[in-house]
Amino acid sequence: MTSNSDLRELYQEVIFDHNRNPRNFHAMDDASHVADGHNPLCGDQLTVYARVEDGIVQDVSFIGHGCAISTASASLMTEEVKGMKLEEVEALFKDMHAMLTEAHPETRDFGKLEVLSGVREFPARVKCATLAWHTLHNAINKARETARTE
Amino acid sequence: MNAPLSSSGHVALLERAADFPILSRPIKGKRLAYLDNGATTQKPSAVIDAERDYYEQSNANIHRGVHWLSQHSTDLYEQGRESVRRLLNAANANEIVFTRGTTEGINLVAFSWGRANIKAGDEILITGLEHHSNIVPWQLLCEQTGAVLKVVPVTDSGELDMSAFQALLGSKTRLVGVAHVSNALGTVNPVQEITRLAHAAGALVLIDGAQAVAHQKVDVQAIDCDFYAFSGHKLYGPTGIGALYVRREILQDMPPWQGGGDMIYTVSFERTTYADAPQRFEAGTPNIAGVVGLDAAIRYVESVGLDLIAAHEQSLLDYATAAAQALPGLRIIGTAPHKAGILSFVMDGIHPHDLGTILDTEGVAIRAGHHCAMPLMTRFGIPGTARASLALYNTREDVDALISALLKAQKLFGIPHDK
Repeated sequence: MTSNSDLRELYQEVIFDHNRNPRNFHAMDDASHVADGHNPLCGDQLTVYARVEDGIVQDVSFIGHGCAISTASASLMTEEVKGMKLEEVEALFKDMHAMLTEAHPETRDFGKLEVLSGVREFPARVKCATLAWHTLHNAINKARETARTE
Repeated sequence: MNAPLSSSGHVALLERAADFPILSRPIKGKRLAYLDNGATTQKPSAVIDAERDYYEQSNANIHRGVHWLSQHSTDLYEQGRESVRRLLNAANANEIVFTRGTTEGINLVAFSWGRANIKAGDEILITGLEHHSNIVPWQLLCEQTGAVLKVVPVTDSGELDMSAFQALLGSKTRLVGVAHVSNALGTVNPVQEITRLAHAAGALVLIDGAQAVAHQKVDVQAIDCDFYAFSGHKLYGPTGIGALYVRREILQDMPPWQGGGDMIYTVSFERTTYADAPQRFEAGTPNIAGVVGLDAAIRYVESVGLDLIAAHEQSLLDYATAAAQALPGLRIIGTAPHKAGILSFVMDGIHPHDLGTILDTEGVAIRAGHHCAMPLMTRFGIPGTARASLALYNTREDVDALISALLKAQKLFGIPHDK
């Protein structure tokens, strides 16, 4: 059963901070990888850009609109994956997906990203948190279609 | 009956929450304030009991058995049709076709009447505030026939631009499709005037009544429309049942749209002849228990009184609107002078989806999102709204719970207010 403490877990100060002032929130002219993400259920829409050189994410950014959870998740993601190797990004995508959707995910140190784990108590909001990650995954894999959470 | 005094101390026109078992169920330890009636309404015991009684006492297939139960079941089914006729004040029960809901009713018109009557170059005129269910069937029809879809613009207050409507209405217009009440904004559209103008231009009129039938008296003869579709589940009835009114002369000439049992007169491999309307449009075993439940729902709203329901909801909407307007940072989307039961809004700094989650932890159920009206959200330049929608069982206590939950959301998001 969700409660006020679950709500506080979901809406932590870090989430508000990234929602109010999203990091790397801009389009990227020289991106090597781009994908659009859309959650048709709530209308959240974002575009993720990445500039990959020698298998390393040199730069990453996003634009779009969404709720506090999806905006903060995208913002935190861009901070986290900048400088990572593509294999590391893909491994993190898998682990994040497990962390957000599974009741007892295998643990790793998620660092700042841990603040997103509160969505597990709000099944209707899990897709808000995963949208940016799916979109980055698609961008890296050059999927042509808009990423969907459905 | 004397109007009861509500817990908040004012005289309420209606206090009927006790008729609806689910409303006494706490949600997350809180009293449920169910304000998502535009999505679906809760069901009174009268409807729940009617469905159970049907399966316990009357179940059999209709229109085919010689045995007593089959005849009894057929009688109940046809009695449901008569109740729908009464609800809409149609001239004849044969003008009522049972459907799965509003969406299926509109699709039936698009695919039966539409394919027989629409050709390349014809125009279908809809409006900018339609639900997707009154947009997409026409887009499909236009793709198949080469007809053209035209759209009446919406004003800043959420009303139809009637002078633009008149300008768009022309000799090529074959059909005007319009919502009686906007599901996203609550605007009550001038359907009688629209029908008069459309008929004068030689076009037929389809009205999407999904958000209207539970909230005001509807009279298809007074409106003079040609098609009127609604869903049972927004009228305190079961899901999966609805009805479509079609004016007799039009229905008689419409070709079948689904083939099967119950809709035929004779079948041979060389040639099949079809049953008369409305059976021609009810292929297969229908949702008989759904019709029985819908019948009970119609009788329930008749017993409460649609005029009283309309007055109660209007007074509650006025109360909610005033309280919402007093909240700093809240902007109501849809401010037409003539509205029914819907308060749609956005809040500075809080996305509707976040509002929905926070309100839910307070037991307040609302809808957040685009309300299946994405073009309308685009028109207002917003991704979606938070929507509180009223029903006959709502009270000021529900509205008070909504307002205090909104204050809590602002506090959580660190949005200052002077309260």
